[in-house]
Amino acid sequence: MRRANIALALTALALVALPIVATLSRQPFWISVATELVIDALAVTALDFIVGYGGMVSLGHAAFFAIGAYTVAFASTSGHNSAPLNWALAVFVSALFAAGVGAVSVRTSGVFFIMITLAFAQMVYFLIAGVKALGGDDGLSMTARDVMPGIDLANPVIYYFVVLAILAAFVLLSQRAIGARFGTVVRAAKQSERRAIALGFDVDRYRWLAFTLSGAVTGLAGALFADYQRIATPDMATWLQSGDLLVMLILGGAATLLGPVFGAIAFGVLRVALVGVTDHWMLVLGAILILVVLAGKRGLAGLIVGPDA
Amino acid sequence: MPEIALATRNIWKSYGALHVTSDVSLEIAERELHAVIGPNGAGKTTLLAQLGGELRPDRGTIEFGGRDITRIRAFARARLGIARTFQITTLCADFTAEDNVALALQARERHSFRFWRSARHEPALREPARALLARVGLEARAGIASRVLSHGEHRQLEIAVALALEPRVLLLDEPLAGAGVDESANLIALLGSLKGTMTIVLVEHDVDAVEALADRVSVLDGGRVIATGTFAQVRDDTGVQRAYLGGGDG
Amino acid sequence: MQLFIEQTINAIQLGVMLFLIASGLTLIFGIMNVINLAQGSLYMIGAFTAATAAAHGAPFIAALAFGAVCGCLASVVFEVVLVRRLYARDHLDHVLVTFGVILIVNEAVAMIWGRSPLFMATPPALAGSVNLLGVPYPAYRLVVIAIGLVVAGALYLTIGKTRLGMLIRAGATHRDLVEALGVNVSLLFTAVFAIGGFLAGIAGAAVGPILSVSVGMGEQVLITTFVVIVVGGLGSIRGAFIASLLVAAIDTFGRAYIPGLLEHLFSDTTAENLGSALSSIAIYVFMAAVLIWRPRGLFPIATR
Repeated sequence: MRRANIALALTALALVALPIVATLSRQPFWISVATELVIDALAVTALDFIVGYGGMVSLGHAAFFAIGAYTVAFASTSGHNSAPLNWALAVFVSALFAAGVGAVSVRTSGVFFIMITLAFAQMVYFLIAGVKALGGDDGLSMTARDVMPGIDLANPVIYYFVVLAILAAFVLLSQRAIGARFGTVVRAAKQSERRAIALGFDVDRYRWLAFTLSGAVTGLAGALFADYQRIATPDMATWLQSGDLLVMLILGGAATLLGPVFGAIAFGVLRVALVGVTDHWMLVLGAILILVVLAGKRGLAGLIVGPDA
Repeated sequence: MPEIALATRNIWKSYGALHVTSDVSLEIAERELHAVIGPNGAGKTTLLAQLGGELRPDRGTIEFGGRDITRIRAFARARLGIARTFQITTLCADFTAEDNVALALQARERHSFRFWRSARHEPALREPARALLARVGLEARAGIASRVLSHGEHRQLEIAVALALEPRVLLLDEPLAGAGVDESANLIALLGSLKGTMTIVLVEHDVDAVEALADRVSVLDGGRVIATGTFAQVRDDTGVQRAYLGGGDG
Repeated sequence: MQLFIEQTINAIQLGVMLFLIASGLTLIFGIMNVINLAQGSLYMIGAFTAATAAAHGAPFIAALAFGAVCGCLASVVFEVVLVRRLYARDHLDHVLVTFGVILIVNEAVAMIWGRSPLFMATPPALAGSVNLLGVPYPAYRLVVIAIGLVVAGALYLTIGKTRLGMLIRAGATHRDLVEALGVNVSLLFTAVFAIGGFLAGIAGAAVGPILSVSVGMGEQVLITTFVVIVVGGLGSIRGAFIASLLVAAIDTFGRAYIPGLLEHLFSDTTAENLGSALSSIAIYVFMAAVLIWRPRGLFPIATR
């Protein structure tokens, strides 16, 4: 247990100290990289909720990310640029879509579940790429970041801390939910669906809610990203993006507290490091991914923290 | 005339041309301990699965306390008061023995949509869970992950979990399967202590256990009931003897 | 009318090719419960190797065979080195490992052949067009249909009439029975992968002259193939065949007619983009509809 607490404290410290270090070393670029990593970590935390703890492999989560991003971009370019409102709207719209997809998918399992989530993501991709009002293939650009009363979001350091705070909040909420009665049912259903049903749990209903919550938070990550980069593009919704999220999850360690953060960092670092070394970095990434999965440990979190990651 | 707790009326279950359940009509009285025996492949587990709601019969109805529950799904039947154990271990492997029982206790409430308070530390769940584990003799293993427990301990835990639901009907699927001599004796004693407190349907191979525990016995062969009665009546039935000597193992 | 005939033949051609890939995929899932995202990569390997052989002067049939054999070999290597470790694991691991394979194979192909599309010439003897009910139609596409049907027929005979086929069918529904018969199940699984790789390889090689042989062609076809096996029923070859034709029809006719249909309803530009979007999602809507009606697909195999 103590190792876990130390790891958590150190990670939190590193994340909080980063912009200070970056500014002092005159490398503001690091703040920008870190902001993206933290947003990714948020999306992976949401994904872990259903994949790591719930055992539901979704290849469609990128669609919720894109929906969140487009909601913000659309609201913003239509003249509404209140960040809290836009982000809340993004969460709401993503939740709505997730609820719909979830209602159809959670009754299935295994390959069918993967396929339906995948198909849904494809639908979202083609629709947003095809609708002129959403910018088509080029996506929707925002002229300026949304604003929040009292907080200067245009300042990259401030934006980073806002995003970090949101990540911390959701990691906390997620961990509480996992340990609470709700999460216990979801985890039980992953280990033995038959048993959960035989005890009297309407497993579909719990899974549906988990899926909806997961989709909603993924949408929030997309919203934060859109405001950050001031753009929403269709390729945010491809299944390869969903695949990337899964890769981050597994690199970091599924069903762990720090896994999503470690995974986002590892993926980001790997990408940057490998691109420098070879044009064909995807090959190395693929090999690393395979090795990590086959090794069967709980990713980086398992390696660093041990069995109670 | 005792009330009927659970009944099947002419149920059939077929896979293509294979009739796994053939026109089975059973009446199980309130608080009776009714054993179902038969050679391998006779369809005992399939019958139990239909009683529990995992499978739906192709024809016929199932009644619970006089009410037709044929169309009611498995999870809803559990909420009505029908609990079952499984032949293959279906406990939550990563949860401890206590977690597994606490989960069952949690299931009894209307819903589990609580997101903040840690279920692990709720005394309302933990204390009764430990009491139930003590009842089946597992209190020393409360904190051990289920995947580490021995086969016999799994059997005990399954019963604790089923009892946690405070069921009206308990469906037991070969609770003694794979248990050693001592474990069997303990389990038989445990089941004996439950006898008469609730309706029990016991699917078993162990003839001694059946003789010791059952009020009545039904014999299944090839999907149909070939005899029903007390243990002595059924033992002396020529059809039953033929079924056991003819092709299955007793 | 001309459009209709053309599109019908196109649909059949697409359907037959989808079937070749889907049948391998559905067997792999049905028998071994493995989700193999890398099937599209085998298709791509078949296309690239066949195109290369043809570019070096190999006659068409030889290039086809070469593509098929390369697909088959790659599939066997893949099974022996990686998939063997996946049988005991859950679907998430399958998805991740085969996703990793896609990344590796894509980059390996790019390393060997570069990132620009490879050109594969239509064999001169088959390059002309044929008159079908008064409509000129590329002869090569008809040849592709013929190839596909011949291979499908051979597959049907193998699965239905040989001992290997019987073991494969038995393995799909009664794995433990097959093991009890003393069959080397490990070899059986490798054989299934070999067949799947061969079929995907031939499909890739055959469509070389029609489609663009490029990195990433596998992903495009992979999702459609998954739609096919989900609609057809996991593990069912017959289901894969019928679903392939259905999905191909919906996709082909959708793309041909939906944009035109929309133009009647909306203004040009909206119709143009929306039309292409809607025709792209037609197969997914179809899949969702089928699953609502028949949750296990059209021809599910009996439960194990």
